[in-house]
Amino acid sequence: MAFLEINQVFKRFGQVEVLRGIDLDVDLHQVVCLIGASGSGKSTLLRCINALEVIDGGEIRLDGDRVSGRGIDVDALRQEVGIVFQSFNLFPHMRVIDNITLAPRKVLGMDQDEAEAKAMALLSRVGLADKATDYPDRLSGGQQQRVAIVRALAMGPKLMLLDEITSALDPELVAEVLNIVRDLASEGMTMMLATHEMGFAKEVSSKVCFLHQGVILEEGPPEKIFGDPSEDRTREFLKRIVDAGRL
Amino acid sequence: MLTYRAGAVASLFFPPAGIPALVHSLRAQRLAEKGEIELAREHGEKARNWAWYSVGVGLTVYVVAALVGLLFANHGSVRVVYFAWSILTDGSAWHSMIKGFWINIQVFLIAEVIVLVWALFVAVVRLLPGPACRPLRFLATVYVDAFRAFPAILVVYIVGLGLPQANLPLVGHLSDMQYVIFALSLTYGAYVSEVYRAGIESIHWSQVAAARSLGLSYSQTMRFVVVPQAVRRVVPPLLNDFIGLQKDTAIISVIGVLDVVSRARFINNAKGSLTAYSMAALLFLVVTIPFTRWLEWLQNRRQARTQGGR
Ligand SMILES: Nc1ncnc2c1ncn2[C@@H]1O[C@H](COP(=O)(O)OP(=O)(O)O)[C@@H](O)[C@H]1O
Ligand SMILES: [Mg+2]
Repeated sequence: MAFLEINQVFKRFGQVEVLRGIDLDVDLHQVVCLIGASGSGKSTLLRCINALEVIDGGEIRLDGDRVSGRGIDVDALRQEVGIVFQSFNLFPHMRVIDNITLAPRKVLGMDQDEAEAKAMALLSRVGLADKATDYPDRLSGGQQQRVAIVRALAMGPKLMLLDEITSALDPELVAEVLNIVRDLASEGMTMMLATHEMGFAKEVSSKVCFLHQGVILEEGPPEKIFGDPSEDRTREFLKRIVDAGRL
Repeated sequence: MLTYRAGAVASLFFPPAGIPALVHSLRAQRLAEKGEIELAREHGEKARNWAWYSVGVGLTVYVVAALVGLLFANHGSVRVVYFAWSILTDGSAWHSMIKGFWINIQVFLIAEVIVLVWALFVAVVRLLPGPACRPLRFLATVYVDAFRAFPAILVVYIVGLGLPQANLPLVGHLSDMQYVIFALSLTYGAYVSEVYRAGIESIHWSQVAAARSLGLSYSQTMRFVVVPQAVRRVVPPLLNDFIGLQKDTAIISVIGVLDVVSRARFINNAKGSLTAYSMAALLFLVVTIPFTRWLEWLQNRRQARTQGGR
């Protein structure tokens, strides 16, 4: 039994079938990369896993428990699963430290001192301890995204979902964010990431899935997918990426 | 570069600024003919500036002059009707007016606090999610639509005269001032709830997604993430409604409370001069303008502290 099991998941927006029977297993401590063209359903899949979207068919299990469909505790699920978005989505009216401690205090009932101590420890790890009392708009994009990662980590999730977290960043800021993801991977955090950073995907992932029009067309170890893909569509996609100078 | 003809018009319109405009434009013209194009441009620029002063200062001077003229027209009748010296210097008149105005201020302050809380409550109810809350949403919508349609003065009559006659429990035995506060809160609550609602809806859904994904419940998300941002955004329109409410406290006079307008009417009836109304107007001015500036200052200061934000 895998840590995260996704079985035949379907998702429609109106008439449009965005996910059309996704099957995917993620083991504990694995890093799974989702690649695929824009609009192929990567974000939607990630959002279905922590129930930001309600699925129309199939089933998702986390650690053996069903976490999709009726009668689930979405708030409990979301404590286990952290997500980081392309556009950071920090709360602009709160200082960095309050962004991070809000959920631990209000959801986990942690007291202020403990929550702040934990937040400061995490901030130090990502090199932002001196920004704790700043408002988010004082930070660069890379710094904001690092805070967003810390905010998700502060809830102590067992699974992290990262949705193109470097796509909104200037090129010189990408590395500082990816370094943190690399650290998390080496510490054994289970992660699923949608990404266009193919070099990075090659380096950190245990498994790469190529999404095409709402199905996983091909999955396998990175050497296989990037080196010798078996599907023509995967080859075409990777060729476009190479032509764009991103691999 | 200004042509000398435009300069001539400017000098006729308001000579103190218009004549320099004409002089510079003529000089520019002459320099241009001699081929000294850069110097010509410099004078052209000066001519343009003076011409603008001629319009801006000239118009102001003429408008003010017309108003002052009105004051002294017809042997100063305007001055006598609106600014009778004997009443303006009458200490007891001022005393009475200020005592009345204090009632308006009290009504305003109390109604304002009630409106701020009540309107937020209504806005949140209107935005409750899910089919279970549809009846509540409907009720709130009916309230808002109705009380935005009713003129405030009508609500004051209905509440202030009707409720005591109907002799209802709880709301049948309030003071007149309390009825007016009640009526104004109902009316302004409807307006302000729409302001809040627009503010809440303007918060991007990604903020909600971020909050919910951290495990915060719907109500926690509203309370800690959405509403605080929404309230900051709606301060300027709220300010507008505050000023409206402050002015509308004058409605209180229709059900016989001795506010500043009622007292002005008494003085008017006794002395046959509208001067007391001018005094009331002045009192509203003296309070409203600093209040507006103060709120703007607060708003700017906060904006400077937490700039922007998505
Ligand atoms: N909330 C939504 N409503 C309607 N259509 C949506 C919504 N979210 C995503 N889609 C559509 O679903 C498809 C997949 O989108 P997405 O999962 O964001 O793809 P990706 O992340 O791979 O670029 C796109 O065609 C997009 O337009
Ligand atoms: Mg996406």
